[in-house]
Amino acid sequence: MRWVTRAPIDLGSLAAQVAGPERGAITTFLGTVRAGPEDGPVVRIEYSAYESMLEQEFGRIVAETEVRWPGVAVAAVHRLGDVPLGEASIGIAVGAPRRAAALDACRHVIEEAKRRLPVWKREVLADGSAVWRDNAGGREPAAPPGPPA
Amino acid sequence: MRVRCRLFARYAEVAGVEDVELDVPGPATVRDAVALLRGRLPQGHLLPAHPLVARNRAHALAGDLLADGDELAILPPLAGG
Repeated sequence: MRWVTRAPIDLGSLAAQVAGPERGAITTFLGTVRAGPEDGPVVRIEYSAYESMLEQEFGRIVAETEVRWPGVAVAAVHRLGDVPLGEASIGIAVGAPRRAAALDACRHVIEEAKRRLPVWKREVLADGSAVWRDNAGGREPAAPPGPPA
Repeated sequence: MRVRCRLFARYAEVAGVEDVELDVPGPATVRDAVALLRGRLPQGHLLPAHPLVARNRAHALAGDLLADGDELAILPPLAGG
C-alpha cells in the first residue's frame, strides 16, 4: 500500500525517498487536522476512502507530475482512519533538480489530490456530534459516533 | 449486464448500503445506472441525481458506456488532503 497509511506520517522518510545526487531541491508538504473556527472544537477527523481507487488515482497524479516536470521525483501518502488534532492527514515530498520545479510540482500534487482522491472526512466535535465535511465547503450532519446498528 | 455499485461515506450512511449488484439492460451509460440505483434503493431518492461517479476505479462521465462486470462507485463530494 504505497499511497496509504493508518500510522502517523513520517515526513523524513518521504523526503529521503526523493533525495538524490541530481536533485538540488526537496519540497515537503503536510496537511494537518485543525480545530476549525467555524464549528468549534474538532477533536479528530475520521478519514475513509475508496482505497483501491485512491491507490490508482494517487499513482496517476504522481505519474502525470513526473512527466510534466522532468527530473522530478514524488513520494506521497494519505493517512486513513482516526487522525487526531494537529497530526498530518497527507504528506508529500518532491525532489527536483532546482527549487522552482520542486515548489511548483509539490503545489500541483496537493491541489490535484484535493480535487481527485476519493477520500472523505467525518469531523468529530468536542460535544460528540459529527459532520461530513468536503473540500468545496460542504457540510452535512453525520450519524452519531459509535458502532453501526 | 451486471454492474457492481459501491457507495461510500455519507452516501452509504444515507442509503444504508455499501455494495449493490445491479442488473442494467444494455447498452447503458453511467447516467442510466445511477437512475436505476436511485429507483432501486429504498432511500435512493436521497442520493443526488448527478453525483460524482467512478467507473472501474477512475473518474467517469455521465455519458460513459458501461460494460458487463463494471464496478461503479457513487462518490460523495471529495474531502482528501
